[in-house]
Amino acid sequence: MADIAHPAELAHQFEDMDQQLDSSVFGMWVFLAQEIMFFGGLFVAYTIYRGAYPEAFREASHHLDLRLGGFNTVVLIASSLTMALAVRAAQLGQRAAIVANLLLTLALGSVFLAVKAYEYHHKYVEHLVPGLGFSFEGSHPANAQMFFVFYFLMTGMHALHMVVGAGLLLYFIHKARRGVYHAGYYGPVEIMGLYWHFVDIVWIFLFPMLYLIG
Amino acid sequence: MTSHHHVEPKKMYFVIFAALMAFTAITVAVSRVDLGALNVVVALAVAVTKAVLVILFFMHVRSSPPLTKLTVVAGFLWLAIMIALMLTDYLSRAWLPEPKGW
Repeated sequence: MADIAHPAELAHQFEDMDQQLDSSVFGMWVFLAQEIMFFGGLFVAYTIYRGAYPEAFREASHHLDLRLGGFNTVVLIASSLTMALAVRAAQLGQRAAIVANLLLTLALGSVFLAVKAYEYHHKYVEHLVPGLGFSFEGSHPANAQMFFVFYFLMTGMHALHMVVGAGLLLYFIHKARRGVYHAGYYGPVEIMGLYWHFVDIVWIFLFPMLYLIG
Repeated sequence: MTSHHHVEPKKMYFVIFAALMAFTAITVAVSRVDLGALNVVVALAVAVTKAVLVILFFMHVRSSPPLTKLTVVAGFLWLAIMIALMLTDYLSRAWLPEPKGW
């Protein structure tokens, strides 16, 4: 047992690199299961209010810009592609390709956040931010305000996850540039990918729920 | 322990990306047509399909060990339980007559 070379990246509680990788992927999915319940709670609350105020939610939804939401959907899915390619490059130990794909992922994530910030500003100017001089020309302003409460809560929590992901990407780009990851040790990049793809999946549901009502 | 750490061909990632783009176009197009209650069903079905593609291929769950697969399924099973119990409450409230008070 002790006569095989011990990889520097192998933590002593694991038997080998495979077991270490499997364990970290399992641990990450346990964390993501918690995240599923977190966003799931918001989704259920939204569903109940949309069921109660279908007309107001439809009217309020028409104040969102479908083109911007659709553009951001494309941008975020493209960032998932570059993230997946970064993981693949890490599996092959291609340092330059890891860095390039992580940088692309960061750039696309930043575009998403910039568009989101522009949308938020537009809503502020149009008095559609609940609590900040909200005013709505429609049949049920109070119920429409509920829609925007969910809009800001859900897209805000999603954007917060994106900001955290962008910070993590900076860390991984730094590490990858120093050649930390290679074919025998790419687990952390895989875990980063799981987080990024999960945030993408949340948006895959938010987009039709908020932008595509009737 | 496992042999799941194989490298997928690049082409696979681009094919999945193209499928995700196609489903995005479909969901936007269908939302513009009035199908009544079917609109929500189609929107959700497309979103679930896209999520499954991301989970299986981008997140490598397809080639993950059984323990990981079980964890993923458990995560969504618990979500389904939460949704089902919440909706049975809210959807069935109107079936009972208004309480008259004390």
